[in-house]
Amino acid sequence: MEVLDLARLQFASTTLFHYIFVPLTVGLSLIVAIIQTQYVITGDETYKKMAKFWGKLFLINFAMGVVTGIVQEFQFGMGWSEYSRFVGDIFGAPLAIEALMAFFVESTFIGLWIFGWDKLPKKVHLFSIWMVAFGTTISSLWILIANSWMQNPVGYELVDGRAQMTDFGAVIANPNIFRQFPHVVAAAFVTGGFFLIAISAYRLLRTSETIEKLMFTRSLKTGLIFSLASILFVIGTGHLSGQFMVEKQPMKLAAAEGLWESEAPAGMSFFQIGDENERTAIVNIQIPSLLSFLTFDNFEGLVPGINDLNSFYQEQYAEIYGPDADYVPPMIWMLYWSFRAMVGFGMLMTLLALVGIFFWWRGSLANKRWFLVILPFTVVLPYIANSTGWMLTELGRQPWIVQGLMRTEQGLSPNLTPVDLWISLIGFTVVYGVLAIADIFLLWKFATTGTGSDSNLPLPDSSSGDLQLKSAY
Amino acid sequence: MSIDLNTIWFILIAVLFTGFFFLEGFDFGVGILLPFIAKDDQERRVVINTIGPHWDGNEVWLLTAGGAIFAAFPNWYATLFSGFYLALFVILVAMILRGVAFEFRSKDDNPRWRKTWDYALFIGSFLPALLWGVAFANIVRGVPIDESMTFTGNFFTLLNPYSLLGGVVTLTLFILHGGLFLTMKVEGVILDRAKAVVSRIRMVVVVVVLLFVGYSYFETTLFEGFTIVQGIGLVVAVAALLGAAALIYQKKFGLAFIGTGLTIIGVVLFLFGGLFPRVMPSSLGAEFDLTIYNASSSPYTLQVMTIVALIFVPLVLLYQGWSYWVFRKRVTVDSHLEY
Repeated sequence: MEVLDLARLQFASTTLFHYIFVPLTVGLSLIVAIIQTQYVITGDETYKKMAKFWGKLFLINFAMGVVTGIVQEFQFGMGWSEYSRFVGDIFGAPLAIEALMAFFVESTFIGLWIFGWDKLPKKVHLFSIWMVAFGTTISSLWILIANSWMQNPVGYELVDGRAQMTDFGAVIANPNIFRQFPHVVAAAFVTGGFFLIAISAYRLLRTSETIEKLMFTRSLKTGLIFSLASILFVIGTGHLSGQFMVEKQPMKLAAAEGLWESEAPAGMSFFQIGDENERTAIVNIQIPSLLSFLTFDNFEGLVPGINDLNSFYQEQYAEIYGPDADYVPPMIWMLYWSFRAMVGFGMLMTLLALVGIFFWWRGSLANKRWFLVILPFTVVLPYIANSTGWMLTELGRQPWIVQGLMRTEQGLSPNLTPVDLWISLIGFTVVYGVLAIADIFLLWKFATTGTGSDSNLPLPDSSSGDLQLKSAY
Repeated sequence: MSIDLNTIWFILIAVLFTGFFFLEGFDFGVGILLPFIAKDDQERRVVINTIGPHWDGNEVWLLTAGGAIFAAFPNWYATLFSGFYLALFVILVAMILRGVAFEFRSKDDNPRWRKTWDYALFIGSFLPALLWGVAFANIVRGVPIDESMTFTGNFFTLLNPYSLLGGVVTLTLFILHGGLFLTMKVEGVILDRAKAVVSRIRMVVVVVVLLFVGYSYFETTLFEGFTIVQGIGLVVAVAALLGAAALIYQKKFGLAFIGTGLTIIGVVLFLFGGLFPRVMPSSLGAEFDLTIYNASSSPYTLQVMTIVALIFVPLVLLYQGWSYWVFRKRVTVDSHLEY
């Protein structure tokens, strides 16, 4: 493999791995904050146990998100120095602001929250988990502002071959962000919601203890409400993203739909076997006009196809990249199926949340054993949808690293050798693999046996007491 | 005298690195001392918990410095991070293992599990403490950078006697700094061991730092066009370190910690002051040097970032300071140990 492929593979794999932990961090921090608020308001110790139980799982996950995030801050420069030079004027700003506004908040207040149960007044301690939740969400906002600029560059001019910021307001008010941010954050809330649903169902099936039943029934209900409300948001903003995409990144939409030729009205494909060399579909089963309707709210609109768009770009960029440069993303099949996986699993989650809420409304949730047996497995659904969503977003932008301004191969660090890349790629893979095993081991242990009461002991007055018990965190 | 925005950002990045070396410096030191100063599991937990609430916030100083370099001096970010690729890869792996170790270590009581994470904590503290010194010594010494601002060396270019000595400077200084931090945060036998360690290594650090300053005279351009800022940095660093050594001898450990802290500040002043207005001198010729002007963002971006920094840096100092205040008490085996 060449340096370019290795660098792309490394960036994609480390970022996807990082993104396993991020949505749960965002979603679960808010859920824990809400549960702890219920505790502080009602004084009900069960809520405290819930906050501690979910808080522990949150922390195990949070640590992984933090450490894999350090890599993200560095590897733009490490692997993509020419990209960094080109965009630094604009892209660096939100990254630095993210660190200043969000990372400091998260990291400092998480320390206060973990260690402050007995040291801080109740309300101040509650405030710290809210600050963590706030920090994680603000962090998403700034990194998405940066990403939005790669999808839809705004507020800049090209000076001496570099993009220079001319309007900071335009960069942060990128139209893309108004669709992407709520979409991503709501999806993170769904991830948190299904985490609660899955683990609560697992525990409810296995416990007969009253307090645990109460804890996990409440948690299950919280998860259901949270998931349903959020997923409706995900669907709505996803729909808007698609409509925006046809305008700004029509190639991404065409690739995600496997739409090789322009169609008016365009049908929505739900099963296709394509030939990426000939750039045509071999087998394609469509629902007529549906794609036009989803994109334009009418049944006639012309949705441009991959081949037409490619010719269009070849003409538009002929002076810069020559007449034969290719503008079709590689691996259309992966885009096509990523999109279907994201939407399909999203629909499945909507259905599950609706069914759960229906049973709850009928008062029969606890008796539907078959339903509770299914739910633990659904924990993977949001993860698949999150990952495939990002694969769609990033693969669909190819061959651009910044849409319309810089091609991916132009962004690569020129000094790297394949050996450099192999060392780091293998290194990250091994380290991440080992950490993933350790992480799953701990999550499994605390999810299946944790009670939320293990560090729920009275305040040690630091001079006396049973140290073995007190340190049993 | 008016200071331009490029200079302000150069100073701010120096401040961010000072924050990182000062704060993460002592928690690296604590991580390195862990196997030597804590003999059983309970003691190790005490030692880890002294930095438990803080290490993550301390590390963000580095992330912010990285982000600030990217935003204010994209060419510096690009050349440095791509040029030091493998060295940074090692630092990243070390910091990844270390961060996870804090959170995972005490969540299972299998002795082998705990031992593994103790190793991760030690190595994860040792390598970055060494390698950040190596990296900065290379920056001030100059690395091969060509006319397209591309680093033309390789991993082994970075391993030279001067930079390795620079690594030993940060390593030993952080160990001393961490040991002194522990003297303020623990009690009993661990406190005795911490006192013994700092007493034993204080002169080693003095010698290493003086050697480094002397070696810099021959190996770098730091002393050419010597400025007042550098002079202050050098005097502060050496005086504070000698002071710290003397204070340790007099068993005034808390004051000695301020001494090592000032030493770190002085060293950063000396190095950054010597670089200014360059950010990465090229060993291939001064015409290829990266400076605060040819590496910088546009004036507009620097303005925007200045406003952001003026608002948020004081806020950060405020709430991070508060968090140190909340956890100011010593940690003992009787404390509520979260990690």
